[in-house]
Amino acid sequence: MKAKVYVTIKENVLDPQGNAVQGALHSLGFGEVSKVRIGKFMEVELATSDRAQAEQQLKSMCEKLLANTVVEDYRFELEG
Amino acid sequence: MKFAVLVFPGSNCDLDMYHAVEDTVQQPVDYVWHTATDLSAYDAILVPGGFSYGDYLRCGAIAQFAPVMEEVRKAAEAGKFVLGVCNGFQILTEAGLLPGALIRNNSLKFRCHPVDLVVENNKTAFTNDYAPGETVRIPIAHGEGNYYVDEQTLLTLKANNQIVFRYAGENPNGSTDNIAGVSNERGNVVGMMPHPERAVKELLGSKDGARMFTSVLNAFLSRVNSGAVHGAQAQSERV
Repeated sequence: MKAKVYVTIKENVLDPQGNAVQGALHSLGFGEVSKVRIGKFMEVELATSDRAQAEQQLKSMCEKLLANTVVEDYRFELEG
Repeated sequence: MKFAVLVFPGSNCDLDMYHAVEDTVQQPVDYVWHTATDLSAYDAILVPGGFSYGDYLRCGAIAQFAPVMEEVRKAAEAGKFVLGVCNGFQILTEAGLLPGALIRNNSLKFRCHPVDLVVENNKTAFTNDYAPGETVRIPIAHGEGNYYVDEQTLLTLKANNQIVFRYAGENPNGSTDNIAGVSNERGNVVGMMPHPERAVKELLGSKDGARMFTSVLNAFLSRVNSGAVHGAQAQSERV
């Protein structure tokens, strides 16, 4: 079973990389860009076909390691 | 008093930290590998700077699960002295031993230069040799030293006097409330982005960092003298 994990910086936390990329897009003429936030995308393959178990495991992985919940939010999607 | 300097794959300030202990307080000090599972012989644990595990995923994210960190947690709970500097600070926040998190500098630049710090709390184990409100000069060297805490936690930090150092001049990284270093509630665990181990002699540009080491020796000796630590007497004889 394959999971896609998205880790994003919390709304109220500054994202200096996102701001820099927004500035770069503006200077390229994409003036309509009002906000850019940069996060992480991870693909995790699990050797299980038990969806409920996989979800539980992924939640635990995100809480423990994949995201720092002080500054980041996470969500994941399970494929198959 | 016996010091441990933890060494993770990718630590690079471990030698400076080791020699700073030797040069400032002349106490026994060992390098302790990240796989160690017993820190009971040590009175102070120093977590040095660097790029543990290549800073993969986040600074300190992987290091927090190194076998030695379980021992650091036990030592902190037992009231032993723990100092995290730079990457060591990042590791201690990731491990939950200190509040908050360290994110990318708001300038997006790696900042490497001396800074002036205000000693906000001289009651911790690592700052008792400073005067309250004193300004000290200690270098920084980091790309991810932007200390973040939410408003609620910031209020708690202020109420408990857990803000140890603030940047005195320009804030080099955008940290919340100009915070450069914090402690846990008990004051036996301290984390900071500036490098006191790089400021222990005038030849290095400043010796203001040396008193972090003399402070913790003071804290240890006053504990030994008051008999607050089990077996401390035996340990003091080895000092």
